[in-house]
Amino acid sequence: MIKKKRKLLNLKETVIESLLFLCSFFSIFVTAGIVLVLLVESWGFFKEVSILNFLTDRQWTPLFINKHFGILPLLCGTFLTTFIAVLTAIPIGLISAIYLSEYASLRVRNTVKPFLEILAAVPTVVYGYFALLFITPLLRQVIPGISGFNALSSGIVMGIMIIPLVASLSEDAMHAVPMNLREGAYAVGSSRMQSALHVVFPAALSGITAAFILAVSRAIGETMIVAIAAGQQPKLTLNPLVPIETITAYIVQISLGDTPHGTLEYRTIFACGMTLFLLTFVLNIFSFKLKRRFQEVYE
Amino acid sequence: MNKTKQNKIIDKCFGFLGIAATLFGLIMLLVFIIDVLSDGLGRINWSFFTSFPSRKPEQAGILSAWVGSVWTMFITAMIALPLGIGAGIHLEEYARKSRLTNFIEINIANLAGVPSVIYGLLGLGLFVRYLQLDRSVLAGGFTLALLILPVIILSTREALRAVPFSMREASYAVGATKWQTVRYQVLPAAFGNILTGIILAMSRAVGETAPLITIGALTYIAFLPQSPIYFSSGFPYLHFSLKGLFDPFTVLPIQIFNWVSRPQKGFFTNAAAGIIVLLGLTLIMNTLAIILRHHHQKKIRW
Repeated sequence: MIKKKRKLLNLKETVIESLLFLCSFFSIFVTAGIVLVLLVESWGFFKEVSILNFLTDRQWTPLFINKHFGILPLLCGTFLTTFIAVLTAIPIGLISAIYLSEYASLRVRNTVKPFLEILAAVPTVVYGYFALLFITPLLRQVIPGISGFNALSSGIVMGIMIIPLVASLSEDAMHAVPMNLREGAYAVGSSRMQSALHVVFPAALSGITAAFILAVSRAIGETMIVAIAAGQQPKLTLNPLVPIETITAYIVQISLGDTPHGTLEYRTIFACGMTLFLLTFVLNIFSFKLKRRFQEVYE
Repeated sequence: MNKTKQNKIIDKCFGFLGIAATLFGLIMLLVFIIDVLSDGLGRINWSFFTSFPSRKPEQAGILSAWVGSVWTMFITAMIALPLGIGAGIHLEEYARKSRLTNFIEINIANLAGVPSVIYGLLGLGLFVRYLQLDRSVLAGGFTLALLILPVIILSTREALRAVPFSMREASYAVGATKWQTVRYQVLPAAFGNILTGIILAMSRAVGETAPLITIGALTYIAFLPQSPIYFSSGFPYLHFSLKGLFDPFTVLPIQIFNWVSRPQKGFFTNAAAGIIVLLGLTLIMNTLAIILRHHHQKKIRW
């Protein structure tokens, strides 16, 4: 009787363990699904447009009669907004991280950090409204020539959005630096700022770099802010004051229209998606590896 | 002035700069909230919640949008919660260090960083086209479920990791099996933190716009998905139906996006009013999560 019960119990354990395993294995199917869908649809695209053409043509006009399929203008728009966002987020995020890790008391740190996270939780469509109807009119008072749609305001707002990401991850990295390094710095008479900038910062550099890369990746993939406030004109320009278009905004633009399924125009969004996926994938893996190496050093 | 004194002053200034940088984002958020409240608060009334979108800004409302959001959130939770928590339990409690486990871990970390619009393309290719769910609530819910899956897995793992090992050992010592230990000791102890993670993940899903636009959710909808429970005058009076799952839908953020991208000024006011509702919802969910986490940390001291 007991033996039978034990057997039943063992069976139950095995079944549950297999079910749980399937749950975690499911995540591999998701990645496989993404890769497969992107590959199949962009395969159809690249059968008609050569990869060389896609990468070197300087115009992106798939919806015009004179069609050009060069990704460069979209890439340029993406990098321009990303650059502005990172330029906004990195200094503010890093200084804030240094403050939270080196200056603030543990209580302040533990109270402030969750509130910073709220910034990252605000829906991006809300930030888009902010960029279009608040920041752009504000900028217009300083720079009168700025267009209603531009890379600058969406870049700045995107920067505000990723501040908590930069601050939180860099703070984690600096917080993990062992105390005796700081004590060494204090022992030779450095101030808190000197120990933070000359000892803790370099020691946490690989973790901070990981945060920086993740911020870049997040900015590249950000969609709604640029779809609302940056415009819909793919242009090969570094001027932040004129309308441009990013890869993500283009995908939204096509999705809103009624492009029939199976046409070349429809497939362009998958080719764009593939480019976006590869870009962010490389950055994410790089950041993950850096972070892991950093953790191995200090934990 | 000697060098030490000078250093001290610089040090103090840097501290203030740090406070300013830390508060910068929060102040921006506050400014923005005040701006949006002054733009849209006057537009919020009962009929705003009970009207369909309309050509005339002053008659338009968010009925189809919030009902659509409730539908998609429900489906998203039904799919993502069991899968995500299950995977979290497996990776934290069961999985041995192996090449496969390592691969799954890297894969989940990577999935968490995939841009949301890519999940939209996955949903478009897989659910809308291949499984022929069309632009339905079901396709939208599935897509968002895949999107928040890595978030739930990661937060579940973190919650489980916080439970001290001695608790598991005590459970094994009195003869409990692995699952009994997880089910009756580890999960209850980690429940508060898991719930926090779930709330944060759902608050993210509520605000997602890009993936749903990509799968082709419509921006103008003047009807509701069929209700799962409805009444009729003839026998058997009470009906259940899942047909609503296959109806087209829109969600709150898409409705806001639609209003923002129109040229008429009147729709901007509607967008602001919609934002007040959406932002209010996300802020409430996030505050709830913070309070819950705080409360939980206070209650249990290991």
